[in-house]
Amino acid sequence: MKKNGTIIGINGNMITVACESDIIQNEVGYAITGEERLKAEVIKIRGNLAFMQVFESTKGLRVGDSVEFTGKMLSVRLGPGLLGMVYDGLQNPLHLLAEEYGFFLKRGAQMEPLDSKRLWKFTPRAKAGDIIEAGSLLGTVNEGIFEHQIFAPFYLRTTYTLKDIVAAGDYTVADTIAHAVNERGEELQLSMNFEWPVKIPITAYREKLVPTEPLVTQTRIIDTFFPIAKGGTYCIPGPFGAGKTVLQQVTSRFAEADVVIIAACGERAGEVVETLREFPELTDPRTGKSLMDRTIIICNTSSMPVAAREASVYTAATLGEYYRQMGLNVLLLADSTSRWAQAMREVSGRLEEIPGEEAFPAYLESRIAQFYERAGIVELADGHKGSLTIGGTVSPAGGNFEEPVTQSTLKVVGAFHGLSRDRANARRFPSIHPLDSWSKYQSFIDPQLIADARTLLFKGNEIHQMMLVVGEEGTSLDDFQTYLKSEFLDAVYLQQNSFDPIDGATSPERQKYVFKRVHDVLMSAFVFTDKDDARHFFNKLRQAFIDWNYIDMTNEKFKKQEKIINAMIEEKSSDAKSL
Amino acid sequence: MQKVYNKILSVTGNVITVKASGVAYEELAEITTQRGKSLAQVIKLDGDIVSLQVFAGSQGIATNDEVRFLGHPMQVTFSDNMLGRIFNGSGEPRDKGSHLTENLIQIAGPSVNPAKRIIPRRMVRTNIPMIDVFNSLVISQKLPIFSVSGEPYNELLARIALQAEVDMIILGGIGLKYDQYMYFRQVLEEGGALSRSIFFIHTASDPIVEGLMVPDLCLAVAERFALKGRDVLVLLTDMTNFADALKEIAITMEQVPSNRGYPGDLYSQLAARYEKAVDFEGAGSVTILAVTTMPGDDVTHPVPDNTGYITEGQFYLRNGRIEPFGSLSRLKQQVNKSTREDHRAIMDGMIQLYAQFKETEEKRAMGFRMSTWDKKLLKYGALFESSLMDLHVNIPLEEALDRGWQILAECFTPEETGMKSELIQKFWPKSTTATPAAQPEVVASPVSEG
Ligand SMILES: Nc1ncnc2c1ncn2[C@@H]1O[C@H](COP(=O)(O)OP(=O)(O)OP(=O)(O)O)[C@@H](O)[C@H]1O
Ligand SMILES: [Mg+2]
Repeated sequence: MKKNGTIIGINGNMITVACESDIIQNEVGYAITGEERLKAEVIKIRGNLAFMQVFESTKGLRVGDSVEFTGKMLSVRLGPGLLGMVYDGLQNPLHLLAEEYGFFLKRGAQMEPLDSKRLWKFTPRAKAGDIIEAGSLLGTVNEGIFEHQIFAPFYLRTTYTLKDIVAAGDYTVADTIAHAVNERGEELQLSMNFEWPVKIPITAYREKLVPTEPLVTQTRIIDTFFPIAKGGTYCIPGPFGAGKTVLQQVTSRFAEADVVIIAACGERAGEVVETLREFPELTDPRTGKSLMDRTIIICNTSSMPVAAREASVYTAATLGEYYRQMGLNVLLLADSTSRWAQAMREVSGRLEEIPGEEAFPAYLESRIAQFYERAGIVELADGHKGSLTIGGTVSPAGGNFEEPVTQSTLKVVGAFHGLSRDRANARRFPSIHPLDSWSKYQSFIDPQLIADARTLLFKGNEIHQMMLVVGEEGTSLDDFQTYLKSEFLDAVYLQQNSFDPIDGATSPERQKYVFKRVHDVLMSAFVFTDKDDARHFFNKLRQAFIDWNYIDMTNEKFKKQEKIINAMIEEKSSDAKSL
Repeated sequence: MQKVYNKILSVTGNVITVKASGVAYEELAEITTQRGKSLAQVIKLDGDIVSLQVFAGSQGIATNDEVRFLGHPMQVTFSDNMLGRIFNGSGEPRDKGSHLTENLIQIAGPSVNPAKRIIPRRMVRTNIPMIDVFNSLVISQKLPIFSVSGEPYNELLARIALQAEVDMIILGGIGLKYDQYMYFRQVLEEGGALSRSIFFIHTASDPIVEGLMVPDLCLAVAERFALKGRDVLVLLTDMTNFADALKEIAITMEQVPSNRGYPGDLYSQLAARYEKAVDFEGAGSVTILAVTTMPGDDVTHPVPDNTGYITEGQFYLRNGRIEPFGSLSRLKQQVNKSTREDHRAIMDGMIQLYAQFKETEEKRAMGFRMSTWDKKLLKYGALFESSLMDLHVNIPLEEALDRGWQILAECFTPEETGMKSELIQKFWPKSTTATPAAQPEVVASPVSEG
């Protein structure tokens, strides 16, 4: 039965719709103007009025235009063929839209997210007579690098008995592969795809576990000092130009995750293009296949409709949860969550809700918390584990972290990678602040070594502050040495050349190995004649270490360079002098 | 089908309401008052109550003035006949030329599909060393000039317009001072560039709301020319005035402000304009250079702050110079690898030394003793500022690179510069007296924070 409503008010991307039938919160409807059908979502109901956010420009809509309700919540389509795709915030495939409409996005255009013609080699894993429920495994297909599991839809509310299931063979996502019936005699037709509402977390697992295992990013300052965990959450706040996007791009490339979902949320289109054009050309060392094969891009950039921007992070989270159900480790990178929060703010303003701080809605904090709650490591029905890790950038107004989005985010995440304007200006990348940042997760490096290094960083910073006042002359040689050591640690370990294939990605083995050597240097008591002697020594040692960072660990030069470094250290250490 | 209404229900700020039906969102209306005709745009529909923002402002509007809905949103003409012409913020001729009504196009059209974008790769040479060498401008880039009022930002814009290798220039003035408008006209005319330029000018004395349309008009026209294969440079001055006009409307509409009175959608509004910068594969391009004046020289002010989050870098104009620190072209690495082999080295090396010079200057100001090295740095800083940073310097990239080597050679020995030995062998000026060192020491000096 079709439900229709009539537009009675338009304010920006918000329309007010009068509807005599029942309305569902978050229900999707289409505002119809001429040939165009503009997708919209109910976000508030009052009496027979539905307040809807339109996912498109509302230009040209009129009071009196009709709205067709669908009775369905805003959903994404789940099934094989998601990997490697580039979608807008509502899961329209951008490449197909480009083929169809050319340079520009077309208002109201919608396309099937999954290719309905493509054949998949299906292997059944269930048989007639099996009892199935939401999330039961029906079969598998090969999706590039993985065995993609075909599930009974997560929305099933009762158990069903499989009446039949197709034999192994080639099928499309649209083909019926099985029939099932429940106790009440309700029949079910199953295919390899189904829909799921984006704002509802997928919970077809046994239990949620505590994230403990590190998720390796191969960025040293993160893995060693401020690690993230599989199924954990973290945020990257920083002023404009501090390096949030570059850091996420590097992570999306080098992180040891099975699937990476990039949610480009309200940022520059140009940045996505780099990923879009480069990933297909890059090989993933873990699989030997193109990096694009493990990546999904959800792209709702800053000039695309604002309401769809709000939806895009949920779309990304839902796709992440879906792959987690297959026992995979998924990493979701959202850039920037502030744009998502701003989209909420715009809608809230149009709903004339009572505003909170900086006009953000009062529910900002709970929405942010709910979003990050979708991360997690879970034990699945088959005993395997799967994880969804979420990392979001935050773009605080004026670069000031004392603002609602940063503060609400800090309350819920497990790690904080705060980017510093000063470090970015000094071109010390990645510009994660080594003193202010934190992580609640465990690194794979011995905690004692890390504690030593951090103590030294704090001391070095204090001495540096002092030196700005009293000058080098007024600083003791010992203090000066401590300062130089902290600078050394910064230069050879915390900083990393993200664009170099060797230095840009440091494996855990290498981090353990190199950090030990760095720690040795930090703990050594060197003997210097004066400050120039000390500076000269650390300059040379730094250069030698940086050169070392650029040598492949398996290359024989690696050991050679290490010997050079060892000799340099020995020459200046106190033991050597006493001989 | 044009409907006429004669009863204005309310006038608040520059927004009026009328009772009308069948009106489309963002439709245009024409209001006839005792002062003449003005365009207005529908900004809210609530039942049969229509809110319109009046471009000419609400002064003198009578409640029985005539409101005629035009049945279409804002449009602008598009044709080669526009070249050399000057229009106002409503797209009407501002010069003595004829009214153009052919080939009307909509403004603020849809976004480019990100999947159709390409990685930028063409450098725009400007002959300004601080841009070409240190922060190259790239076709399809969107870049603001951050500046306090009083700095010669319009002079800089005009110069770039004249010298940039582009096919055409579209200048959008928002709240432009009249003399600055005349200045642009004169400079482009004298430079022989007027015939490849189009102006959309809203001056400081025009009604504020009328400035709101200027960026969209410029960009809609630019986009069309780009699709026809032209490389278009769009100059917008000053986007802070644009943001202030948005603020005024938002306050009139009683929207809850987010930050210092600016509406919560300031970011989206600015992004919708800046994101029009594009390089169409197989056709032309749109490059945007905009002025953003910073009230109180405060980069955290909502307008420069939101702009910085949207654009691909920024030029800081301070004391009549483009500051090397803080200025950034985020796209430069896409192009400076294929200019001359020493480009990146000169760019990085000279800036690092300049950073050291700045520290030394501070030390000197605090009364610390100056070492020989400090003295070299002081000489270097002065030379760098006068012969490269000064905005009057007008030389091609290659000459600027040569000059960079010259400055280095006048101040330092080769090994003191930290430059790679191969480059030194090839580019170090032979004429100077500096003795080539036997074994250049590979020691970079520490750069400290702050
Ligand atoms: N790891 C890095 N190595 C070298 N350069 C970097 C690195 N990170 C950032 N940069 C430089 O800083 C510029 C800005 O970085 P990025 O785009 O990541 O900033 P951002 O924090 O995302 O800014 P915005 O909030 O405006 O999007 C880059 O274009 C690059 O020049
Ligand atoms: Mg960014």
